[in-house]
Amino acid sequence: MLLVLAVFAACVVESVEALTIVLAVGVTRGWQATLRGVVAGLAVLAVIVAVLGPALTVIPIDVLRLVVGGLLLVFGLGWLRKAILRASGFKALHDEGQIYLRQRAAAERAGAATGGGLLVDPYAFTLAFKGVLLEGLEVAFIVLTFGANQHNIPLATIGAAAAVVLVTAVGVAVRAPLARVPENSLKFVVGVLLTSFGIFWGVEGAGGSWPGSDAALLGVIAFVLLVAAVAVRWLRGIRAAVPAGQR
Amino acid sequence: MNRIRAFGAFWWDFIVGDDWRIAAGMVLALAATAGLAAAGLAAWWLLPLVVVLLLVVSLRRATR
Repeated sequence: MLLVLAVFAACVVESVEALTIVLAVGVTRGWQATLRGVVAGLAVLAVIVAVLGPALTVIPIDVLRLVVGGLLLVFGLGWLRKAILRASGFKALHDEGQIYLRQRAAAERAGAATGGGLLVDPYAFTLAFKGVLLEGLEVAFIVLTFGANQHNIPLATIGAAAAVVLVTAVGVAVRAPLARVPENSLKFVVGVLLTSFGIFWGVEGAGGSWPGSDAALLGVIAFVLLVAAVAVRWLRGIRAAVPAGQR
Repeated sequence: MNRIRAFGAFWWDFIVGDDWRIAAGMVLALAATAGLAAAGLAAWWLLPLVVVLLLVVSLRRATR
């Protein structure tokens, strides 16, 4: 259940970011080339998961947990670090409304469609393709690492697919960037979960064992959450002590 | 050559992110955890401790 939750939350965040790019390009440059870019990006992601997924499941579980634990730790701490900096005011909050406006302005400045052919508008195609692929790569990474570790890549894929379908459906319904999704809070939660799973699997992969076996994972999550919350409080205190003009 | 460099830079940024010290610290911590486990000692406590230390150091550097 935690696996699906972590993949779902990470995928909601990345899908919202991809949706912002696709909407900005589609509204400004037209939908034909934009949707082709989306389909091409999704196809590349599907190939990555389909090829790497089965390959990862043949690796011995201890080796897999050590490698995956290490990667998740580095990756998760990166997410958590940014989330803590955002929550404490040291980094600007992620604002989909602002990003949407910037993307639209850039797409309008790029000039009229040229080239034609299958791509129709190479600029729109490339931007949509890159947006979906780059945002989706993080989801593919999480699906593969979590899924392979639990020997259940299909379940992780279902969690990711559910998020994509949900975000797409809401995006089509409102035809605007989903600025009201609590993206910064979700990123914080995903950072906590990735780091916690990384710690848990990293210890097991390195040959250690947890007191209480699998139940220890809940304790690790609570510990990382507490550390992150204390860090936010600590940094807010530092920020508050600095005069406004010097921040 | 530029494309190879850009490809490498992309994956470096994707995995390692803003602070390479976190990645280096985690590799060392995992190795130390494996060493403790191989010696038959309790090893589970080391990674959580290192995570806290690395996070504090990295956050302090980022906010100076």
